[in-house]
Amino acid sequence: MKWRLSLSQEQIVFVLAVLLFAIFSIMLPGFLTAQNLLTLLRSVAVFGVLGIAMVIVVIGRGIDLSIVANMAISVAWTFQLANEGVPLPLAIALGLGFALLMSLIVGILIAYAEIPPLFATLAMGTFIYGFGRAHMILGIDVVYLPRDIGWLRSIGQGFFFGIPSAVILAIVIAFAAFLLLRYTKPGRFIYAMGDNYAAARVGGVPVRPVLVFQYLLAGLIAYIAGVITATSVAAMNTRIVTSNLVYDVILVVVLGGVGLSGGKGGVRNVVVGTLLIGILLNGMTIMDIQYTVQNLIKSSILLVAIIVDSVVNPRDEQTAQQGDI
Amino acid sequence: MRIWKTLLSTAVLGLISSLTIAQAQEMTDPFRDPALDAMKGKTIAYLPISLGFDMAQAWGGVVKEEANHYGMKFVSQDPNWSTDAMAQSLTNLIAQKPDVIVTQNPDLQSLARLLKQANAQGIYVIQVNMQGAVQTDAFVGPDLIGVGEEMANIVANSCGKDGKSKKVAIVQGVLTGGVSFFEVQGMKKVLAAHPDLQVVSSQAADWDASKARSITETVLQQNPDLCAVLDVWDGQARGTGAAIQQAGLKGKVMLVTAGGGAQSMCDALSDGTFDYAINYNGVGMGRDIATTIKMLLQSKPKAGSIKYMAYSPYRTMTKADVKQDTCWNPDSYAKLLK
Repeated sequence: MKWRLSLSQEQIVFVLAVLLFAIFSIMLPGFLTAQNLLTLLRSVAVFGVLGIAMVIVVIGRGIDLSIVANMAISVAWTFQLANEGVPLPLAIALGLGFALLMSLIVGILIAYAEIPPLFATLAMGTFIYGFGRAHMILGIDVVYLPRDIGWLRSIGQGFFFGIPSAVILAIVIAFAAFLLLRYTKPGRFIYAMGDNYAAARVGGVPVRPVLVFQYLLAGLIAYIAGVITATSVAAMNTRIVTSNLVYDVILVVVLGGVGLSGGKGGVRNVVVGTLLIGILLNGMTIMDIQYTVQNLIKSSILLVAIIVDSVVNPRDEQTAQQGDI
Repeated sequence: MRIWKTLLSTAVLGLISSLTIAQAQEMTDPFRDPALDAMKGKTIAYLPISLGFDMAQAWGGVVKEEANHYGMKFVSQDPNWSTDAMAQSLTNLIAQKPDVIVTQNPDLQSLARLLKQANAQGIYVIQVNMQGAVQTDAFVGPDLIGVGEEMANIVANSCGKDGKSKKVAIVQGVLTGGVSFFEVQGMKKVLAAHPDLQVVSSQAADWDASKARSITETVLQQNPDLCAVLDVWDGQARGTGAAIQQAGLKGKVMLVTAGGGAQSMCDALSDGTFDYAINYNGVGMGRDIATTIKMLLQSKPKAGSIKYMAYSPYRTMTKADVKQDTCWNPDSYAKLLK
């Protein structure tokens, strides 16, 4: 039953995406070209990578509202250090170390202090941003990349067999996450915990370490997403923390059919959700639709997906889970 | 007799010297004390949209330094891009009754009533760069419509030539944000006078370089023969430039932008990311704000009675105009604000 519910919403969104894709292909000259489709993918690559970080946590019945803050501050700090003359590899190690340390604290707060993830990550997100702006990123809130970052620039700006490397990186991360969730022990544990935490624990799953592990993983992936963002525009803007990026990421995850109550869904759902958003954004930019109208259209389509889902799969005592939002 | 002589000469000497002193006192600037008195002990409250961007640091840094010179108290608050937090801070500031509020408008309307209220309470209000729907004592910033016109004229002159595609894209900031709103008005005025030029896209990037990059990428995809992009702000134009470079069109698609002339602007000009940038010099604007504060405090008009547009100077720059120290380093002003 649960399985059917998640699959159905994914299908609805997938059908919506295909429909939009077909309409745009027919109506918009230049939409259905290889180059434009690559541009489309590139523009949502970071979004998708963050979605994958989020879905790992959400499947384990958690949520991470701190990933955007963690990504922005740790990556901005990396490049600030590099600007100050710290060798790039060391700067990256320090930045990544900071991101992982913050994720570790988040994980410990949730797994061992048993603070609900919503509050723990909300508070940690604010803490990371506040601490970062007060003590780490001292100048302006946009950190520009040093001029000579060499190969690192190709992460955001390079191509690999004609495909933007950001897209390739996103695909690699998605595939790795898929393998992890599907075929490894920790991955299966995350599903088990998300489905029924108490039962997983009784069944012998090391629930606390696995919880910490999933937040660490989210931190790692978020750091990579940050590096893609920064290298593609040659700057890291810490201001994105105050934008609603993190909610958009949750939206992509939920839209793809991953229940916030945990235990269901997977990488494929994120891919479908990301594609829908990508097709929408790309098509609307080609049509030169004003930003405010774009928001209206975007939210309307999301609402349609949710309404169709609730009509096709009405919620009842059997499908609803405790903790479902 | 000798004693008398000595006494007399001493007295004469003393008289002369005291005369010189009196004369010297007369020689001091009689206008200085009233001016200093008018400024001393006054409170300047600084509330930009955020303290975290380069121009806000330059404005605040310069004003704070000037406040220190003349015994004024300088307080600043950082709403960090949140309109709500800004409205709240402004409400608190009005209750604290500083003598001058230096602020910005995140959009045309949000703070309008509060600014009026501050004026009604007798507080001078200076709006910087981002003008709102209500006019207060002074606006300090470039004539943004003029800046927009100048940007569009550069494009019109270049793209209007034969053999060019006549296709132009505009990347806006926040649609209702003063800088974006007025610059785009200026651009539209010029472009309307050049009906041969075609605006193929006019999208808002929310002051965000990543968004500017995505938008421009798609626009270039649709119009690889694009002639020029007009981006309202240099901070986000880096993303626009990255998209042009990525498409392999650097040097072919012209990028014209505007901003406060921080080091990042010069860097982008010299590496060819920007072809033209209108520099309205953030440090110079800081000086304009400080001058306006001094003028208001010394001439003591009723708050809100004079409505003054202190248009800050701006200049068009290309790669050729970039020398060492042409642009300013925001870090040094950030240190002043700490």
